[in-house]
Amino acid sequence: MAQRKTLTFALMDPPFESARSTTALRLIDAALRRGHHVNVFAYEGAVHLAFAHQQPHANAVHGRSLEEEDHPLPRQWIAALQAAAEAAGLRLDWVNCGLCVDERGVGESIAGVRRGGPPDFARFVQESDNTLVIPVRD
Amino acid sequence: METYLLIASRDPFTARDMDGVYDLAASLAARGHPVTVFLVQNGVLAARRIPAAEPLTRLARSGIAVLAEEFSLRERGIATDRLATGIRTADLGYVVDALADGARVLWN
Repeated sequence: MAQRKTLTFALMDPPFESARSTTALRLIDAALRRGHHVNVFAYEGAVHLAFAHQQPHANAVHGRSLEEEDHPLPRQWIAALQAAAEAAGLRLDWVNCGLCVDERGVGESIAGVRRGGPPDFARFVQESDNTLVIPVRD
Repeated sequence: METYLLIASRDPFTARDMDGVYDLAASLAARGHPVTVFLVQNGVLAARRIPAAEPLTRLARSGIAVLAEEFSLRERGIATDRLATGIRTADLGYVVDALADGARVLWN
């Protein structure tokens, strides 16, 4: 296994709008599988990713019930990443920018996601081995 | 000498500034930096054996590693034997490894 590092990811995209959200979660998963600690600073629309009140829905067009549709939710994926980190003895520190949370009214996140602010991102950058910012780009 | 990984996530048909990413890769390599261009999401559309792949094949000929992410290729039904000359495949863990090794990783 490679030497353990601490990697920081800064995310901006809200869920369901861009492939960047999925790729970001896949990167975090890959980092944890490689035995690295991970910090996540979620700001702008990315503060929606861990919103506790995401709900699945059925698919009337294709005639699938709620159970059959099995609609995936980002909050569930993040919870799975948290569980994977814990099982591996790794740190996944997920911080939502409080300013962005307040603007969007998404103050209720899943357990283990904490409210913070830009100083947290600055600290992450200073204290981690490397940082990747995934910007919103159209 | 800093190592660079430039992630190209958009296709050059709809994102005209992707030429700037390829130019940046060439400029950094010309200054002696090890450079990799990593295609992900719709960025892999440029990796097909089509005329639009010429900027990438040119980079590969110059010694720059040009990689297309395997999952993105599968999502888009692009077979690995249909990639342009010089473009190889890699999984997303390559990006994590580059970060862990201290590369400067830029997302476009």
